Amino acid sequence: MTTSLLADQNIDGVALTVLIFFFAVVTFGGFYAARWRKPDSMHSLDEWGLGGRSFGTITTWFLLGGDLYTAYTFVAVPAAMYATGAVSGFFAVPYTVVVYPLIFVFMPRLWSVAHAKGYVTPADFIRGRYDSRSLSLAVALTGILATMPYIALQLVGIQAVLDTIGLGGSGNVFVKDLPLFVAFAVLAAFTYSSGLRAPALIAFVKDTLIYLVIVVAIIWVSIHLGFGDVFSAAEKKMATPTPPGSPTPTIGTFIPTDASYWAYASLALGSALALFMYPHSMTAVLSGSRRSTIRRNAAILPAYSLLLGLLALLGFAAIAAQTSVFGTDGTANAQLAVPHLFEENFPSWFAGIAYSAIAIGALVPSAIMSIAAANLFTRNVYKEFINKDASHRQEAKVSKVTSLVVKFGALLFVLGLDKQNAINMQLLGGVWILQTFLAIVAGLFTRWFHKWALLAGWAVGMVYGTVTAYNVTVPNVVTTLVDGVATPVAHGTRHFGGSLAAFPFTDTKVYIALTALLLNVIVAVALTLVMRALNTPSGSDSTTPADYYSDAPGVELPAAGTFVGDEEGTVPV
Amino acid sequence: MSDGSSKRLPTGVALTVGVLLAVPIFALLIVPIYAKDGPRLWGFPFFYWYQFLWVFLASGFTYAAYALILRARGERGDS
Repeated sequence: MTTSLLADQNIDGVALTVLIFFFAVVTFGGFYAARWRKPDSMHSLDEWGLGGRSFGTITTWFLLGGDLYTAYTFVAVPAAMYATGAVSGFFAVPYTVVVYPLIFVFMPRLWSVAHAKGYVTPADFIRGRYDSRSLSLAVALTGILATMPYIALQLVGIQAVLDTIGLGGSGNVFVKDLPLFVAFAVLAAFTYSSGLRAPALIAFVKDTLIYLVIVVAIIWVSIHLGFGDVFSAAEKKMATPTPPGSPTPTIGTFIPTDASYWAYASLALGSALALFMYPHSMTAVLSGSRRSTIRRNAAILPAYSLLLGLLALLGFAAIAAQTSVFGTDGTANAQLAVPHLFEENFPSWFAGIAYSAIAIGALVPSAIMSIAAANLFTRNVYKEFINKDASHRQEAKVSKVTSLVVKFGALLFVLGLDKQNAINMQLLGGVWILQTFLAIVAGLFTRWFHKWALLAGWAVGMVYGTVTAYNVTVPNVVTTLVDGVATPVAHGTRHFGGSLAAFPFTDTKVYIALTALLLNVIVAVALTLVMRALNTPSGSDSTTPADYYSDAPGVELPAAGTFVGDEEGTVPV
Repeated sequence: MSDGSSKRLPTGVALTVGVLLAVPIFALLIVPIYAKDGPRLWGFPFFYWYQFLWVFLASGFTYAAYALILRARGERGDS
């Protein structure tokens, strides 16, 4: 088992064959998707970038599920559970439960106004609502910036699979990363040709595989390990300073205590508020055909949260099964916990299915994220600042090319990144994207905030969040096997060591993104009061109250005059 | 229906919807109420099975809120 992993170029042929088979299926599906519900013309952002805004409840469910629950789900969450336990891993469950009642309140309004006004991106909405090119640009650039590491995180998921199969050990950098390049090139090609239809179609394959793998894995765990023993093993490991013998040991969390209540709750809440600010979440929501699509999905998407929780427990199962986390390069990497759990305990063909689920699970969100980032660039940078008279055809063309550039950027990102911390990179993206929350969500209900105050609040939140995250330092520990014994060696310290920092003037650790958002809100409120006192012009609003309730053709728009205010005293539903 | 979805929901419905949506949020964000080991269920510490339970409950609460709004506005649920 472990020895075969360490043997250079020891490739699992059966698992590789299964992986290649599913990859071929998905590649065919990706290109075929261009013909699915074929539009008259693919040459517009509505078609290429939003799938014609035509997806019903079920397609949207698969698309959002494939989009939000990514390779991050399959690799990083159980990895965090394996390494440090509940606070850095299991918070994903309350996070993905709390998010749905929240979006139930505001996302239907965003869908409606985007539908009424033809908005493709959240920054389009900001442009129309606040009449501010700079605020719109800030939202667009934040979206692109936050999406890049998120795409990189997906590629890390594919890498973990390739490494487990035995394709990661060659000393030659080019050969080592060749499979990743191939996967990436295929992804880029079908996204280019089919747009959002490609991930929507592939999501059906991905989700079926994931549900199958998880159900089998959980049944296996309950029979062969027993959940009582799994939790006992995890409790013991979390209470043991790790790595043993390290100069600066850390202790995991089995169940949060007084010291980590706020950390756990703030990670869950902050991540939940941030999730639907990501461009790729918005893209999937806006591709729905009806206003009610999103509310129905808010009720049925928790099915994926159940899956995520069970997956997280596989991190604990890997502890109980004494899974090796040493990669082909000989160093310990918690992200290999789940892939290795499958490799060591299941027949090759089933492990191959599990690897396929992870790899395809990375392709779906990567495609949607690159489309979303490309749409932001096209609509809010290219059309706004470079070519104001761009035709629909030009927009689609620019977006297609940009999606290639974005994916290539993510690839460079992943080849130069510390993989052990993929989850923290994603959380840093969360710090940034959450700073657009106030402008977008408050804007859906009220125009009270002044555009310049929102811009200042955003800037303060971005700077505070980034600086605070930078200042989180942790020892840079590399663990290798020396004569069969795990031996950690510290190589100084590194920055961006985690997503928690002491709340100002206290010792309580809180999710940095949430503290930054609080500062953001305080600045925006204070400056809005100042702007109002000075009677600073706030521009014109190109949306009308009725836009926030509009629905697809066949569902009548509210009659003029029946609207009852959208500020104080009105229930925002 | 031409009565229009822009009309304010009746106060009672709005309040109920608000409560239905708020309960799961508070049930999960007030960590001290569930950060404990016992009672265990099928080997799961309370901390873990409580959160799994809320995955199901939250789904039910959210669906109930959706159904209430549909009924109050006289809309049909199909698409």
